[in-house]
Order: sequence, then structure tokens, then C-alpha cells
Amino acid sequence: MSMADSFKPYLMKIEQISDETPDVKTMRLVFSDEREGKNFSFRTGQFGEYSVFGEGECTFCIASPPTRQGYIECTFRKAGRVTSALSGLEPGEIIGFRGPYGNIFPISDWEGKNLLFIAGGIALPPMRSVIWNVLDLRERYGNITIVYGARTVADLVYKRELAEWAGRSDVKLISTVDPGGETPDWKGEIGFVPTVLGRAAPAIASRDTVAVVCGPPVMIKFTFPVLTKLGFKPENIFTTLENRMKCGVGKCGRCNVGKYFVCKDGPVFTFAQLKDMPQEY
Amino acid sequence: METEKKLIGRGELEKLFSHWRSKGKRILAPKKIGAKIDFAAVTTLEEVCLDQVQTVQSAKTAVFPRVEELFSFKNKDGRVEIRERDQGALPETVIFGLRPCDDAAFAVLKAIFNWDSQDPLFSARMEKVAVIGVSCPRADEYCFCTSAGGGPGGTTGSDILLTEIAPGEYLAEIISEKGRVLAGEAAGLKPCPASVSKEAHLAKVEPVFALERVAPALARLFDDNAFWVEQSLRCLGCGACAYVCPACACFDIQDEGGGSGQRLRCWDSCGFGLFTLHTSGHNPRPVQSQRWRQRLMHKFSYMPERQQVLGCVGCGRCSRACPVDMNILEHLRSVAEAKP
Repeated sequence: MSMADSFKPYLMKIEQISDETPDVKTMRLVFSDEREGKNFSFRTGQFGEYSVFGEGECTFCIASPPTRQGYIECTFRKAGRVTSALSGLEPGEIIGFRGPYGNIFPISDWEGKNLLFIAGGIALPPMRSVIWNVLDLRERYGNITIVYGARTVADLVYKRELAEWAGRSDVKLISTVDPGGETPDWKGEIGFVPTVLGRAAPAIASRDTVAVVCGPPVMIKFTFPVLTKLGFKPENIFTTLENRMKCGVGKCGRCNVGKYFVCKDGPVFTFAQLKDMPQEY
Repeated sequence: METEKKLIGRGELEKLFSHWRSKGKRILAPKKIGAKIDFAAVTTLEEVCLDQVQTVQSAKTAVFPRVEELFSFKNKDGRVEIRERDQGALPETVIFGLRPCDDAAFAVLKAIFNWDSQDPLFSARMEKVAVIGVSCPRADEYCFCTSAGGGPGGTTGSDILLTEIAPGEYLAEIISEKGRVLAGEAAGLKPCPASVSKEAHLAKVEPVFALERVAPALARLFDDNAFWVEQSLRCLGCGACAYVCPACACFDIQDEGGGSGQRLRCWDSCGFGLFTLHTSGHNPRPVQSQRWRQRLMHKFSYMPERQQVLGCVGCGRCSRACPVDMNILEHLRSVAEAKP
């Protein structure tokens, strides 16, 4: 019997906590039991159930890439009962983790292609895993472009990594904040993600390019027509769905979109698949 | 295995009951509890009530309790200890006197819990359960098993099915290996003569809708908002239908007891607004009509496609329990008869 099936979580020690924004934190977690850690593996795009004992479980993606071994990271906003409890914890404390669950970003199919990552707000974490995964295997991929936006400068997550990507010659980073969200020293773009994407369009070719889009529903809705206009085919546009989940293993009955389980058939879907699915997400 | 047919009388059943008790088995059977007839632990056949069309609840709780502990934990001074349940401590259980629809529901539950990976707690309980059904001499206006692929003498999910062919005299159809072992514990059962007709002793349940029309009609109706609003306007979202359903298995996972407590799995219902509510406030099914649509789609469209089983056995409990008289068979008839 695997741990995943019994709902018994791994015990994880919080090794490091980074404040991303006033209410968003990233936690680096290591396995309390070294042997469990050695046997654990996951692939980019997968998620897990994180728990504070006595408070309950919460679903987040694994925000670190599988190429960085020995730990996993999660990024979350303090919002409900479990994330509030998580926010109050210190390095050294123990939390639970079940996973990995769900499908993956098919990055081996993307080898030799250009990659365009488009993210909004707190939706960068699932994309951060795949971005670092392909950057750690940089020679296998063509041009890599990242378009990332948030409401305000304060809402941008992973600021140190954004600076690192901005400084790399093999990555093109376009960061933006919504109009009014800029600070006097803001050097990036000002505008909503789909608008900024449209503006940058001449520099982005759809030929031999895969696009990955993660963000709030409204951002995804307005990004899709821009990508279509650029010539992207729906089967070359990937996204993740994030319905409420409890079990993570296709049994508890709430994450479905029509006949599809987000936890089993997703969380990664192409826009070609979304076109055939009811609007239940 | 091939079904064996034997005759068994009340006297032999009584002996079997005491034999099971002597082996430490738990017997669950319909029993009169106040004004209700429901499944409860019994020790003798005397206590068993078979006069009812249906018990209030099915025997689902034997394999999927309303609340069950997944594990317990101690979270103290920066240390966490998890204590897993001892599944060996689950009692061997004979469930006696279920109607064939309830027997069939076990097959639905198996498909839900084990379609992709095995659910260890459910499977451990299921393994220890033997099912002895009793076919239906009577039905009521809520019964629609024959429209849901079953029947008043259906054998799906039973290890043994009994049909009363004369007062105190039963035809025993021994369906599974588990059933064969159980029946073997009653010495010298006579084979059933070919002249005995089971059908003559069964209730007549006429089909009320064409099942094969339901799934295609649901697919067509998915985006027909007016249809679903009209169908569900009365629905209170109370979830009673899910809580009496023998085939509903949606669940929640919650912690209780603070730092030294348990992680629990509890029944849940797609009829509740909280069921799909995101932390952000976004809800993929924000209104009751969408939640009612989900209930029908899940049972009659998604499950047949993904788990190769219908999510409904036609027992009619949801209709009997509904405080605003929503009768599922009327709704299914409306779906089946909706114009393309």
C-alpha cells in the first residue's frame, strides 16, 4: 500500500520560509524520514495535499522543479483556516504532505521548441516549477520568454528569481503591473497581461512555440484570443485548472469538470481539451 | 462461480445466526428502532424486520461510515506522531436482509473507491463483509430498480440472495464464493426443485423511463440553463438525498480534536454550495440548478463513462426523504423525454 492511498501524509520539516508578499509565503520542505525522501519523486505540474495537524489539508502545486532534489517547495496565500495556520509556523516545525498527484507538463515533448510562459499573480508557482525545470535543461529548448504580471508591484511573487531571470541572456522576461499598480521606480511594463502580450507580439513567434498560461480566469479568458491571433494552435497552449479538492486521487467527487477529474486527468490541460469541457471551473 | 440454488427454512437460518455469533461475527440487519426500520446489530433472526419495502438508510455505513477516522495524530512541542488505524480490528460482518437494490449499491461503491487506485479503508471493510439479500415481495411508488438496470430479484452485489417462496421457506441463490462458505455452514441444505419459480414471488416494478435515453439526453441538456432551473427550483440544497443514497460516496476530509486529534473522512454532498467553493470565493457551481445537474450528470453520465457503472440503483430513498417532494424518477423521466 502506498502512502498516497491511505491518506497518511509524509511528515515534512519546514527548512526555510520566504515572504513573497505581505500575505504570500514560500516554504521549503524536507522529508523528516530520509529514506522516504530518497524514494520520493515527482514531475513538473504535479500537486499535493499539505496539512497542519489539527487544522486540516490544503491543495497546492509543487512549486519547485524536480531537477532540484532533496526538498519540495510550496507557495501559498494566507486565506483560509489551513493557510492561516501554515502562515504562523516557523522553520523546524512539522507539517504533512501527500502526493505527488495529477498529471504533468509534457516537457519532453517540448524539446527543441520555443517556450512562452504567461502568468498572472499567485498563479506563477505552478509555472515556476516548469520554468526552472526547463532552465535546468536549458540546452534542450529554444527561446524562452516569460510574461508575468500582478495587480501591483507588491503583489509580484518570487522577486529575487524575477531579477535572476531578467539578468539572464538566455531568458526574455517581460514583467508588468496593472495600471495604477506601479511604483515610482518600477522599470517593467504597465498594463494587463493580455495587453502587454499583444504589445510584445512581434517579438513572439507562434511557430515551433508552446505557450503555458496560468492565471486568474479573467486573464486566461483575454489571453486566449491574443494567442490565437498570434497563430497558436489550441493543442499548443497549456494551462492548469485549480478546482477545490479533498482527496487528490479521484474519489471525493468535487473537482470534476464534466466527466474529467482535475486531480487525475489534470491539473494540466491544453486549450484543445478545455474547448471540449463544460465551463465548470 | 455458477449460482447454486438451495432451499433454506427459518429454522436453518436461526441456526446460522447463532453459528455466526459463535464465530464472533457481527450481524447487521433491518430492525425496528422507534418508528424507524434501519440496519443495526442483531443477534437473533427474531429481531430482524423484513416487512418494510425499504429501510430508512441503506447498509452503506458498514463499508463507508458517515464519519471515519483515517488516522490519529499528536502534534506537540514541534513533534508529530501519526497513529494509523488497525484494520485487522474491523469485525467480520454479515449484512442480512438487504433489498437487491442495496446489494447492487455495493458494486457501485466498489467502482467509486477502487476505479483507479484501491482505497485501503473501504477495501478492508468490504473484504470483511458478506451480503445476504432478500428479494422484494412488494414495491412502492418510489421504487424504480427496473429502470436503473436492476430488479426486485436482482443478484448483483449479493453473496446469497433469498426469496421467500412460502411462509418461512426461502429459495437461496448462492452467488459468490463468500456465499458458498456461508451457506456451507448450514449442514444439509436441500437443492431447490426446478419447479420453484422465483419470479412468482417478486414485486412487479414497471420501468418508468428508458435508461438508454438518459445519458445522451443529459449531454444535450447540459447547457440548457432554463431546463435545470425549472427542474431544481424547489431544491433546498439540504443534501438529504445524498445522505440516504446507498450509492453516494462523495466525502470531505477534516481534522478534529486540535493538536491531539484525528483526521476524519465524512460524507459530503454535491448539493451543498460549500462543496466546490474555492478559497478565493469563486465557485464553479455557484447556483443550486448547477448542483442538481451535477447530481444527475454524475450518476447517469459521468460514472457510466468513467467507472462503467451507473451511480444509481433505483431504490427511491432520495425521493422518499426529500422534504420538498422532488421525485428523482420524475426528473429522470423529464430528462429521458426531453425533445432533442
